Amino acid sequence: MNPYELRKDFPILNDETLCYLDTAASSLKPRQVIERLDEYYEKYGVNVHRGVYNLSYVATEMYEEARRKVSDFIHAKFDEIIFTRGASSALNLVASSYGLNHLTSEDEIIVSELEHHSQVLPWQNVSHITKAKLVYIPLDSEGRITVENVKKVLSNKTKVVAINYISNVMGYITPIKEIISLAHEVGAVVVIDAAQAAPHKTIDVVDLDCDFLAFSGHKMCGPTGIGVLFGKKKLLDNMPPIEFGGDMNDNVNLYDASWKDVPYKFETGTPPISEAIGLGAAIDYLLSIGLDEIGKHEFKLKEYTVKKLKEIEDIIIYNESAETGIISFNIEGVHPHDAVSYFDGDNICMRAGHHCAQLIIKWLNVVATLRVSFYLYNTIEDCDRFIESVRNARDFFKSVGF
Amino acid sequence: MNNLETLYRQVIMDHYKNPRNKGLVTNSLYKTIHIKNPSCGDDITIQTKVENGLIKDIRHDGTGCSICCSSASVMSETLKGKTITDAKKISSTYINMLTNQEYDTSVELEDAIVYQGVSKFPARIKCASIAWKAFEGTLEESE
Ligand SMILES: Cc1ncc(COP(=O)(O)O)c(C=O)c1O
Repeated sequence: MNPYELRKDFPILNDETLCYLDTAASSLKPRQVIERLDEYYEKYGVNVHRGVYNLSYVATEMYEEARRKVSDFIHAKFDEIIFTRGASSALNLVASSYGLNHLTSEDEIIVSELEHHSQVLPWQNVSHITKAKLVYIPLDSEGRITVENVKKVLSNKTKVVAINYISNVMGYITPIKEIISLAHEVGAVVVIDAAQAAPHKTIDVVDLDCDFLAFSGHKMCGPTGIGVLFGKKKLLDNMPPIEFGGDMNDNVNLYDASWKDVPYKFETGTPPISEAIGLGAAIDYLLSIGLDEIGKHEFKLKEYTVKKLKEIEDIIIYNESAETGIISFNIEGVHPHDAVSYFDGDNICMRAGHHCAQLIIKWLNVVATLRVSFYLYNTIEDCDRFIESVRNARDFFKSVGF
Repeated sequence: MNNLETLYRQVIMDHYKNPRNKGLVTNSLYKTIHIKNPSCGDDITIQTKVENGLIKDIRHDGTGCSICCSSASVMSETLKGKTITDAKKISSTYINMLTNQEYDTSVELEDAIVYQGVSKFPARIKCASIAWKAFEGTLEESE
C-alpha cells in the first residue's frame, strides 16, 4: 500500500500543512465515501422499509446492502448486524437489554481499567441496578489485560466479560480469543469493544466466537452517526428491545404489541440511512487496500516514531510495546494541554486528555496524556514533522521555565 | 510560527511556578465553588470571603495546565480588595476579552490583561476562564 497515493483520496489533505495524528478519535474521510453519501442525497434520499414506491425500494436495498457488507466484513450473518448511532450506543444496547434482563445480585461482570467509558459505564449502571458485582481484571505491569490475570477473576459467578479488543489509550491488542474461550467455559458471554480494532485489523467473529462486538463508522473512514452491534443470533433473539417506536414492531394492539425479528426489533425510527450506506463505502475502501496492510503500515510508523522520541530528553512514553499505531506520552513537567497548544500551532492535530478512559489515566498515575495515532494516510514525513515539533516544544517549555 | 511564546513568557509562568493565595481554608465565612472540566481534567476550587461589599480574600486550589492554574492565581491577586461591583465588572470584562467579544477597555484588568493572547487559542479559552467562572459562582452563592 502506498500512503502517498492514498492521501489523494482525502480532500481534507489538500491542505499540505495539515498533519493529522488523531485517527483514534476519528479518521479522515475519503472521497469514495463522501461521494456515496452525496449519491444517496442526490439520487434516492428517501426513507427505508416504508414506501411502496420504487425510490424507497432502492433506498432500502442500499441500506440493507450496507448491512450485508458489514456482516461480510466481520464474517457474521446478515441478521446478526444491528445498526446503531455508534460504538457507544451499541455497547449500551447490550448492557441495557442483555445486562439488565439477565443479571442478578448473585452474578459478576468482569471489566478492566483499560476500557473506554462507553464500555465500563454501561456495566457500572447494570451493576447499580441489578446489584451484580463489577470485578476488575488486574492489569499487568505494562497496563495490559493478560489471559493469566483474567483467569484470576473468572469464576462460575461471571456472567459477562466486557473488554476492549484494542485500547484507545495504550494501543495494546487484547488476547480476546483465549479469553472468550475461557469465559465460555464458565458460561459467561463476552462483549468486545472493537472501536479501535475494526479500522485496523481483520475481525472474524466466528473464529473469535465472541457473543457481542461493537464498533463505529467514523473511526474507519466512514461517516459519523453510524455504528454496529454484532450479536449472536440466538442471544439477540432472546433480548428485549430497549427503544420502542416505528418500524420495530409487528402487530400493535391497545395494550401490547409484538416485535419484528432481529435485527429490526432493535432499530426503531428512521435509521441513519446515508450513514449506513457510507459505512458500506468505507468498508469497500478499506478492503481494497487490505486491513492487514494498513495495520502493518501504522505499526511501522509507530515504531519509527517511538525510536526517535526516545532520543529526545524529558519524553515519557507509556506504551512503548504497543502492537498498533498508538503512542501515549508526555513531556516531563509539562501539562498535556500546554503541550498540545504548541503542536496545534504547528498544525499538528493530536489528542491531549484522558481520552474518555479515566480509569487507565488514573492507573498510569498521571493527570492526562498526549496521544498520537496513525492511519493509512500518514507518512514518514508526518512522523518527522511531529518529532521535530516535539523537540521544539520540549525546548520551548523548558526555556520558559517548565 | 508559534504565538505561544509571548503568552508564556509573561506573567503566566511566574504565577504557575509561584502561585499566590493557593490552598483552601476551612472557614464558614468563605463561599466555596468547585468546577471541573471533565473533558480535559482541569479541576479548580475557589473560595471567596466577602465582608461589607468587599472581596476580603480569595483562595484557590486545584490541578490543571499552566493557563488554568496561573489564571486562578492572577484572578485572586486582581480581585482581592475590590468591591463586589468592581470585581464583577472586571470578571465579565475579562471573560469578554477571552472570548473575542466586545469589552470595555477602560476597565483596569491589571495582570489579567496578559491572557488576551489566549483568545488566539480558542481551544484554551476554557482553561483561562474556569477560575473566574468559579469566582463568579462564589458571589452568586452569597446573594
Ligand atoms: C475503545 C473505544 N471504545 C468506544 C469508543 C466510542 O465510540 P463512539 O464515540 O463512536 O461511540 C471509542 C471512541 O471514542 C473508543 O476508542
